Amino acid sequence: MSKLTLVQAVNDGLRTKMQEDASVLVLGEDVGPKGGVFLATEGLTAEFGEERCFDTPLSEDGIIGVGIGMAMNGMRPVCEIQFQDFIFPAFDQIVSEAAKMRYRSGGQYSVPMVIRTPYGGGIRGGLYHSQSGEAYFAHTAGLKVVIPSNPHDAKGLLISAIEDPDPVLFMEPKALYRAFRQEVPEGKYSVPLGSAQTLREGDDAVVFCYGAMVPVCQEAAGRIAEQKGQEVRVVDLRTLLPLDEDAVLDAAKACGRVVVVHEAPRFCGYGAELSALIAEHAIEYMEAPIVRVTGFDTPFPNTLEHYYLPDARRVTDALERVLDF
Amino acid sequence: MTETLQIINPAGEKVGKAPRVKREVLLRMYRAMASVRHFDDRCMKLQRTGRIGFSIPNLGIEAVSVGAAATLDPECDWIAPSYRDFGMAFFHGISVEKMMDTQFGNGEDHNKGRQMPVHFTFLDPIRFLSISSPIGTHLPQAVGVAMAMQRKQEKGVCLVSFGDGGTSSLGFHSGLNFAGVYKAPVVFLCQNNQWAISCPLEKQTASESIAIKGEAYGIPGVRVDGNDVLAVYRAVRDAVKKAREGGGPTLIEAVTMRMGGHSTSDDPSRYVDQELMEEWKLKDPLKRFREYLFAEGLLDEAGVEALDQELSEQIQAAAKAAAAKPRPGLETIFSDVYETFPAHLQVQRDQCIQHFAGRDESVNEEGEFPL
Ligand SMILES: Cc1ncc(C[n+]2csc(CCOP(=O)(O)OP(=O)(O)O)c2C)c(N)n1
Ligand SMILES: [Mg+2]
Repeated sequence: MSKLTLVQAVNDGLRTKMQEDASVLVLGEDVGPKGGVFLATEGLTAEFGEERCFDTPLSEDGIIGVGIGMAMNGMRPVCEIQFQDFIFPAFDQIVSEAAKMRYRSGGQYSVPMVIRTPYGGGIRGGLYHSQSGEAYFAHTAGLKVVIPSNPHDAKGLLISAIEDPDPVLFMEPKALYRAFRQEVPEGKYSVPLGSAQTLREGDDAVVFCYGAMVPVCQEAAGRIAEQKGQEVRVVDLRTLLPLDEDAVLDAAKACGRVVVVHEAPRFCGYGAELSALIAEHAIEYMEAPIVRVTGFDTPFPNTLEHYYLPDARRVTDALERVLDF
Repeated sequence: MTETLQIINPAGEKVGKAPRVKREVLLRMYRAMASVRHFDDRCMKLQRTGRIGFSIPNLGIEAVSVGAAATLDPECDWIAPSYRDFGMAFFHGISVEKMMDTQFGNGEDHNKGRQMPVHFTFLDPIRFLSISSPIGTHLPQAVGVAMAMQRKQEKGVCLVSFGDGGTSSLGFHSGLNFAGVYKAPVVFLCQNNQWAISCPLEKQTASESIAIKGEAYGIPGVRVDGNDVLAVYRAVRDAVKKAREGGGPTLIEAVTMRMGGHSTSDDPSRYVDQELMEEWKLKDPLKRFREYLFAEGLLDEAGVEALDQELSEQIQAAAKAAAAKPRPGLETIFSDVYETFPAHLQVQRDQCIQHFAGRDESVNEEGEFPL
């Protein structure tokens, strides 16, 4: 065991799989000698050579298209998109190609590829280094969408993603890259895709969250316990697609009061899917309206980013609303 | 290999045919280049002391943006800039106070604090289009601006500048392709500073030059010494004239070198050979132009000193003023999403303002930009 940050855990996950499986490759902008702009790929070129961890031209479309081709021909590429905001030139390759290859070829071809990309706000990155685009991708059949919230899960989920037979978008909360350290087992272990985790027990209300909003929600749950003496359950979804529906419905039914949190905009955001799921299958258990706490329906600002991002106070307010309903 | 145009050599000697440029314009060019250097230097200091979040050094490429911008007519021409074009703004007299407002993202910033530093936008005194972080998106947009000029029978041209890394983007291909097909009055200016963050040119392209890439699109390519402001001026002036006269687009590759990190957050010692830097220091564009102006009798040491003093004071004062201005109001999060204010955003705005009203608990302002 060693204490690692989230970004070190990603690095460790990549190294672990590259040591074990020669078909695992890393490609992207600045992932080579520089080790990535966040240092997620630090040391990989030195350890595994340029054949296995290499810099590409500045073309996201090229990175993902080439990744797809390699994946169809026996490799296990892990493509890095430097910021999720820059993934859109590759949207066609991801949504039209990678996600549909298995289906359209009747299962003859598949794309076991991982796309790693940092997402979210909190680093003073303005409009184009802060966005949370998970909803665009979670809307796409054939993709898997994973978002870890801590170092242990980051490594374990990344290993599962690399071993997965289908394309996985692995979104890393950049605000948490160096926020804290956690014990991370050495060597290989995995956290299964499609399984949520309860991080805090409670029966009075439940808050569903993922990625960088997890610590925010934990803080809010702590404040509620302190201020109101009520216990809020915190569920970290970890995988958005496929969603752990049982975990969501069990928690919703057990608590009867639900808050859903994400930093992406509200309209057609992932929270809408969760709310609809609960409304469809557990409305009779609800003691209060389901409340969403999200980013606003605007582009992402720069100077005022911390007024845009949901914080513990906004989540606490929402929890009070459902608890006092 | 395409020939590389040079007029002033690194020693400041005239080795080619100098374009005819008025004395007053030459001095304006020098002033703009010196302004870039002072502004750059100040911004690096502001970033290091935590006053601004980020900046992009323009060191080493001053001649490219200034030489190119000096050929434009602000009455009718447009600029679609990259983030390393402080010099274009300075040459056209965009106020340093306004530039500092963007660096600080304060309430008087033209972008209302929504963009990161260096993502300038100006309408006056020249159309200086809003800089976008996504690389290459502005190339086809510039072609569209130029195609509108054709249709409106205006005499303007659009100058679009981008880096060597930008030549790998989808926008480079579609921009050049459309421009070639429609003979759009556009000038493509590639600032080949030989790096895209840590990716060296030879990993960006296997082409023998960037200029030659124009050929495949039916666009002439020209290669110039990007540290020679007069060479850049001459090449862009010819391309602008041609475009204005209906002769179509040109691709200009200005060969230069990024002298330092990609941005305030980058550590180039991980990937740049120091010897290469030493070699390029000798080709400094500002010093070279200064030597030329000395030799032509247009400037002297005393003039340089006075100018440096003036610019340094002006820029420092602008930074101080920008730092003192209040931040944008909370309503700016919600305005300008659309021309009219939709109902759902009015609700969100009111909730946000109410949420923060009367709370003295300060908001977490942390966050450091990594690239
Ligand atoms: C589409 C896209 N991908 C990645 C990035 C991240 N990024 C910012 S600048 C840069 C390098 C750009 O290099 P170049 O075009 O040569 O311009 P230079 O910085 O050298 O002036 C990269 C990869 C981006 N801004 N946009
Ligand atoms: Mg470059």
